[in-house]
Amino acid sequence: MAIDYSKATGTGSSSGAPGGGGGGLLRPSIITGIIGGVIGWLLGHWIGNSFTQGYQQVQGSGSNDIAEFMGYIFMIIGWFAGLGALNYPIQKLFGVEAEAEEPVTEKGWTKYFRYTLDHKTVGVQYLFGMLVYFFTAGLLALAIRTELLSPTYHIWSPDTYIEIVGEHGTMMMMMMTSVVLGPFGNYVVPLMIGSKRVAFPRLEALSFWFTPISYFILLSGLWQGGFQSGWTGYAPLSVQQGVGQDTYILGFGLQGLSMVCASTNIVATIINYRAPGMSWSRLPVMGWSMLSLGFTMILSIPVLIDGLYVLALDRTAQTSLLYSGHGGSSFLWENLFWFFGHPEVYLLAIPGFGLVAEIIPVFARKPIFAYKTSAAGFIGLAILSFFVWQHHLFQSGMNPDMRPLFMLTTELISIPTGFIYLVGMGTLWRARIRLTTPMLFMLGVYFNFLFGGLTGVYVSDVPINVTVHGSFFVMAHFHYTIMGGVIFAFFGAIYYWTPLVTGYQLSEKLGKIHFWTMIIFFNSTFLPLFAVGLLGMPRRVFEYAHRLQFLNQWVSISAYLLGASLLFFAVTFVWQLAVTRKPTVRNPWGSRSLEWYVESYPPPAYNFKRVPVVLSWPYEYGDPNALPVADIVNETKDLDPVGRA
Amino acid sequence: MSQNALDDSRSVEATRKAIPKLIAVWIVTSLIGSLLVWFVLGPHLPPGTMTDQAAGAQFDIRFVSTLVPPVLFFIWIFFGYSLVKWRVKPGEDPLAPAADFRGNSKTQGAWYIITTVLVLFLAAFGTYFLVVPAGAGGGEGPSPIWTPKTKNMLQVQVIAQQWRFTYRWPQFGGMETTSIYLPVNTEIQFNVTSLDVIHDFWAYQLGVKADANPDVNNVAFTKTQQLGRFTVRCDELCGVWHGAMYNYGYVVSQAQFQQWATQMEAQNAAVTKLLPKYATTYTPSYAGNGGGYYPPQDPNANL
Ligand code: HEM
Ligand SMILES: [Cu+2]
Ligand SMILES: [Cu+2]
Repeated sequence: MAIDYSKATGTGSSSGAPGGGGGGLLRPSIITGIIGGVIGWLLGHWIGNSFTQGYQQVQGSGSNDIAEFMGYIFMIIGWFAGLGALNYPIQKLFGVEAEAEEPVTEKGWTKYFRYTLDHKTVGVQYLFGMLVYFFTAGLLALAIRTELLSPTYHIWSPDTYIEIVGEHGTMMMMMMTSVVLGPFGNYVVPLMIGSKRVAFPRLEALSFWFTPISYFILLSGLWQGGFQSGWTGYAPLSVQQGVGQDTYILGFGLQGLSMVCASTNIVATIINYRAPGMSWSRLPVMGWSMLSLGFTMILSIPVLIDGLYVLALDRTAQTSLLYSGHGGSSFLWENLFWFFGHPEVYLLAIPGFGLVAEIIPVFARKPIFAYKTSAAGFIGLAILSFFVWQHHLFQSGMNPDMRPLFMLTTELISIPTGFIYLVGMGTLWRARIRLTTPMLFMLGVYFNFLFGGLTGVYVSDVPINVTVHGSFFVMAHFHYTIMGGVIFAFFGAIYYWTPLVTGYQLSEKLGKIHFWTMIIFFNSTFLPLFAVGLLGMPRRVFEYAHRLQFLNQWVSISAYLLGASLLFFAVTFVWQLAVTRKPTVRNPWGSRSLEWYVESYPPPAYNFKRVPVVLSWPYEYGDPNALPVADIVNETKDLDPVGRA
Repeated sequence: MSQNALDDSRSVEATRKAIPKLIAVWIVTSLIGSLLVWFVLGPHLPPGTMTDQAAGAQFDIRFVSTLVPPVLFFIWIFFGYSLVKWRVKPGEDPLAPAADFRGNSKTQGAWYIITTVLVLFLAAFGTYFLVVPAGAGGGEGPSPIWTPKTKNMLQVQVIAQQWRFTYRWPQFGGMETTSIYLPVNTEIQFNVTSLDVIHDFWAYQLGVKADANPDVNNVAFTKTQQLGRFTVRCDELCGVWHGAMYNYGYVVSQAQFQQWATQMEAQNAAVTKLLPKYATTYTPSYAGNGGGYYPPQDPNANL
C-alpha cells in the first residue's frame, strides 16, 4: 500500500481541482457557488412555472410543486457548478486533460470556503458545518419548549408550532448521521490507519458540499409555509401539504446523497488504505465503527431516497402510490421510511460508541477490554438494525401478527449494546483513570445511554408500547440515546482532537464547566419527560393537560439552561481558537494511536512523509515493553508539533 | 504484569477482596429499590385499572420497572467504585501502565449468557402478555388473530378525520355520535379508521391505542371494569390541529349506557338515514383538508 503519490503516476496529485488560474472573486468558492445557486433557482423556477401553465398553484404562493422542484434542482446544479465541483468530471468527460492544481497543499483560511480535496480540510469544514446545524436546530428546540411553558396559552400559532417541531427534528436527524463520520471519520480515521489520503477525495468533498445546500433548502421551508408532517413525513399528510413539504423531500434527499458519498469513501478508505502492518486485528475500534456505519448507510439510505422519490411523484406527477383510493397505500411510506429510519437511529449510536471505545483506554492506561467483542458489537448493531423497523409501527395495524418477531429482534439489539458496556467496564477495571474533559464526556455517554437503553425495553415491549407509543416517553427515550449518547461523544471528541486539528490546547477548566453543566441540565431536561409521557402527553402537541404544567415548565427552564451550557461551549471554543491560542504539546493525552505521531499539528499535507509501517496494536497501554505503534513514532516523538523555536 | 499495576488498590488481591462487598451493596440496594418500585410506585403506575387491558399494561410496566433498579445499580456501583478507587491520585505518574489484560473469558462468557437470557425472557414475557389479553389493547389490523373469548361484543367504530373523532354504532342502527359512552364490564371491539390522513385513537385510561389509517380497519379490544372518565387523544401527527384533537369519554353502568344509546339513536335518527351504509373502512377524498364521506371527487361515489 505504500504507493508513491508523485504527480507523474497520476494517482495522488488529484489534478484538476476547481479553479486553477485566476484569483479574486471569480475563483470558485462558496461565493460563486451561491451565485450559481441563485441563477439556477431563477432559471429552474421559471422553467417549472412555464411548463405548468394553468396548473393548480399552491394558494397565493405563486409557486407549485413542479416549479418548486425544478427551481431547487437547478439551484443544486448551479451551486455545484459555481463551486467548481463539476469542472473536473466535465473535462474528463470530454477527454480534456484536466488542469492541474495541488489542492491538498493549499494554505490559509480561505481554503475552508472552497471545494477542496484534502480530507483534513473537509473534516474541519464538516465540524463547523455540523455545529451550525446543531445550534440552529437547538434554537428551534428552545422555541418548542417556550410554547410548552403553558398548556393553553400560545406563543406560536398551531401551524408555526408544528413546523418548528418538524424543522427541529428533521434538521437534527439529518445532521446527526454525519456528526461523527463527517468531522472525525474524515479527519482522523485516515491518520489512524496510516494513510496519506482517502480513497475518493472527490466523493468526500461532494458529501460535505451537499450539506450547506440541504441545510438551506430545509430551512427555506419555514418561509414557504413549512411542513406539518414532522421528520417522519407520514403520507397522506405529506401529500396534502403545501410547497414547504418539497423542502423536506429535497433537503432530506440531498443529505441522503451526502451520506452515501461519505460512507462509500470511508469504507473504501478503511479497506484499501491501511498502512502496512495495520491488519484487521490492529484496526482501531473507531475504524470498526466507521466501517459498520458505512455499510449500514450504503444499504439503508437508498431506501430513504426511494421513499422520497415516491413521495415527490405523488406530489408533482399526481401518482397515487401513497394514497389509498387509487391503489396506493399509506403503509408503503411507513415501511420505506422506517426501513431506512431504524437503521439510521442506530447509525447515530454506532459512531458514538466508536468514539467512546476509542478514547477510554487512553485515559485508563489499559488495553481495551474485549477488543473483538467491541468490533462484534458494532457489526451486530449494524446487522440487527435492519430487522427491527416495524417496532415503530406496532399499533399501526400493519402486519400485526409479526409483532412478537419485531419485539424479539428489537430486544436482541440489547445484546450488542451490552457489549459496549462490557468493553467500557472491563477497560476501567483496575485502571489508572484520568478524569480529563474528553474522558468525562465518554463516561457521560455511559451514564445517559443507560436510561436510553433501559427505557428501550419499555418501548419495545408491545403491551407497554400501547401506552408509550407516540408519547413524550418515546421522545425522552430517543433524546437520551441520541443527545445523551452521540452528542456527548461528539463533544468529548472535540475536546480530545482539537489539539491535533488546530495545534491549540483547550482549557480543561472551561471544558469541565461545560461538561458538568451540560450533563446536569441535559438530565433535568429529559428525565421528567419520561413521566410526562407516561402520564399521557402525546408528542407534537401544543396543548396538554393542566396537571402536567409544572413538569413541562421544569423541563423548559432546564432546556434554557442546557442551551446556556451549549452557548458557553460555543463562546469558549471560538475564543480559545481565535484569541487565547495556547499552543499544545506533542501528544497531550499520551495516546498510542497513530494520528498523534504526525510531524506537526495540524498534520502536514499528505499526512506522513512516507507511509508508516505499523508495528503493534494501538492499545498496548498496559505493557511498557510493547513496540511503538509504528516505525515513525521514534522519528517524530521529539519534534515540536507547533514549531516552537 | 508491570510493577506499577501492583500498587495496592489496583492489585488482584485488593479487587478480589472488594468484590463480595460490592455484590452485597448491590443486592441490598437493588432489593430496596425493587421493593419500593413494586409496592410503593407500582399501584400508581399508568395507565390505571379502568379496563383489563389497562390493568395488564400497568402490570407490565410495574414488572419491567422492578427490573430496572438491579441493572441501574449494577452499573452505577461499578462505575462509582472504579472512578473513586482507581482514579490517578495526585503525585502518581498519570501515564504509567495499569494492569495488562485484554479480556477475561469467564466474565465475557457470563455477560453474554446473562444478557441473552434476560433478553429472551423479556421477549417471551412481552409475547405472553400481548397474546393472552387479546392484543393488549393495541391495534391489530383488519383481521386480528388474538381475540377475546366472548362473541357478544359491543362494536364501536372510531372514525378519525382532520381534526376530530366521531363514533359509529352498528348495533344501534348505525348511528354516529360525537361523544362516547361505554358500558362497564363489557367486552368492546373498536374498529378504528380514518377519512383522510393517519391519526391514532389513544384512549389513555382504557389502555387502547390504534392507528386510524384511511382505507384500513384497525381493530382493538378492551374490557371495561371500572366506571369513570377517560381521555381520547390523537396520537399520530395529522396536521395543524393535531394538538387539539382530543375529547373525553365515560365508562358508565350498563343501564345508563342503554339509556344513553337509545336516546342518541332517537335523537340522531334523521341524520342516520343520510349516512352511507355502515362499512369498516372509508376511502379518503381528494378534497384536501377535512375529507368527508361524500366529496365530489369521491372515487367510490358511483360504485
Ligand atoms: C438541545 C437539546 C434538545 C432539546 C431541548 C430538544 C427538544 C425537543 C422537543 C421539545 C421536541 C418536540 C417534542 C414533540 O412535541 O414531539 C423535540 C423533538 C425532536 N427532537 Fe429534539 N431536542 C434537543 C436535541 C435534539 C437532538 C440532539 C436530536 C438529535 C437527533 C433531536 C431530535 C429530535 C427529533 C427527531 C424530534 C422529533 C421531531 C418530530 O416529531 O418530527 N433533538 N426535541
Ligand atoms: Cu427504530
Ligand atoms: Cu393527530
